Amino acid sequence: MVLLKSFEKLGSYCALMWRSIGIPDKWREFFKRYMAEIYKLGIDSIPLILIVSLFIGALCTLLIKLNISNPLLPRYTVGLTTREIILLEFSSSILCLILSGKIGSNIASEIGTMRVTEQIDALDIMGINSANYLIMPKITGLVTIMPFLVIICMVTSLFGGFLICVITGIIDTDTYIFGIQTLFIEWYVWFALIKSLFFAFIISSISSFYGYTVKGGSIEVGKASTDAVVMSNIMILLTDVLLTKLLMM
Amino acid sequence: MIEVKNVEKSFDEDGGKRQVLFGINAKFYDGKVNLIIGQSGSGKTVLVKNLVGLFKPDSGEILYDGRDITKFDTKQMKELRKEIGMLFQGSALFDSETVMGNVIFPLKMFSKMTAAEQRERAQFCIDRVNLTGSENKYPSELSGGMQKRCAIARAIALNPKYLFCDEPNSGLDPKTSIVIDELLFDITHEFGITTIINTHDMNSVMGIGENIVFIYKGHVGWVGNKDEIYNVDNENLNNFVYATDLFADVRKYRLKHGYKPTRITQK
Repeated sequence: MVLLKSFEKLGSYCALMWRSIGIPDKWREFFKRYMAEIYKLGIDSIPLILIVSLFIGALCTLLIKLNISNPLLPRYTVGLTTREIILLEFSSSILCLILSGKIGSNIASEIGTMRVTEQIDALDIMGINSANYLIMPKITGLVTIMPFLVIICMVTSLFGGFLICVITGIIDTDTYIFGIQTLFIEWYVWFALIKSLFFAFIISSISSFYGYTVKGGSIEVGKASTDAVVMSNIMILLTDVLLTKLLMM
Repeated sequence: MIEVKNVEKSFDEDGGKRQVLFGINAKFYDGKVNLIIGQSGSGKTVLVKNLVGLFKPDSGEILYDGRDITKFDTKQMKELRKEIGMLFQGSALFDSETVMGNVIFPLKMFSKMTAAEQRERAQFCIDRVNLTGSENKYPSELSGGMQKRCAIARAIALNPKYLFCDEPNSGLDPKTSIVIDELLFDITHEFGITTIINTHDMNSVMGIGENIVFIYKGHVGWVGNKDEIYNVDNENLNNFVYATDLFADVRKYRLKHGYKPTRITQK
């Protein structure tokens, strides 16, 4: 029964995506909304990203230093490990998990409220493809801006690590900077950027789906936005495993 | 004119089917206010949703000036939708747009007008519903009646041939209801629109009902107009229309003493 329900959900998700991905009715309106979504979903998230990545970068450096103070390991290991953690996992997967909370609930509750107040029906009656009009700008907007957010996150996290070195003097800054440059593999950056594209699509499409299919009132909108976040988190983690296997081996 | 012929509609339910509409036949005329009345659960909302194409009937025909929309494909439906305006129960204005933004929205999406012409047309619609001066307010800053009027302005922006209204008076005080009713009546006659109003407000029925279709348990119970409704011997209809003692008394009085036609008839 549960399996059947999940398949049903998957089916209607695919149907909705099929409806939403298409040529917009009016390109001008689409670009206007596209820019607005980039601003709302992307640019407005930058303060959160700055704070989170600054602290995570600092904490990574701090904890790694405290846990691997082993005379057999070179001192630059701290910087190197911090960099690998940030490039491989934090800047894409963990960042998207955090952002799915902010962006996912925003999208789901916005579209969900439009659904329960009949605004989506109003669009349909006018002859506008409501799925395309509402969802496409969100998906394309978030997919466009996400790689930039990831780059901002990488830079800030590494700077956070640097800052903690300056403040606490736990290792000297030269060693840290040497560490984050040593054995650098450029592919890891591309890997994070590619992953982030997938995650951006997952967050925006799944949240839109949950919002678009709301039936009822305020309680259902609340539930939809929670479900949207939970489901996008699960899907992000699954995709993360899949992509890591595919891209790293 | 919209003609409904033998429309049947049923829904799948756990363990069987539940039929909501049974062979509905009705006509809705140009330039007239057509009312669909009936109790909650009688199937009138389902009928309206079938009419606008949100549902597809199981059998029967829905003819928009002879064009059967049940046989339309998505593209034809999309074209038809441009001729339809709809007023929703909760107004369904876009929260993120101002009054002007809401009214100009369908013009932006569908018309080939220049920006200046669009603004002019939107301003005309806003003036027509007496919302002049509120162009830059957001829906949350408007009263219920003003929201309804803004929704009417949006619905008529593209010069629709057909206007559907879902309970336009729900949640409004009697005086504002009359304003909305008269506005709908005037617009219908001014532009020759086929207006179909789904209502259970008896004041509207008595006031603007030029063609009334009474739906009872999924069947057409009665068809007529507001002047005939006093002399009908239909038990179901009378139970519904004269449900309150006040209306029952009004009916008795009017049957005994005759009555002056309502304001709108005098126009």
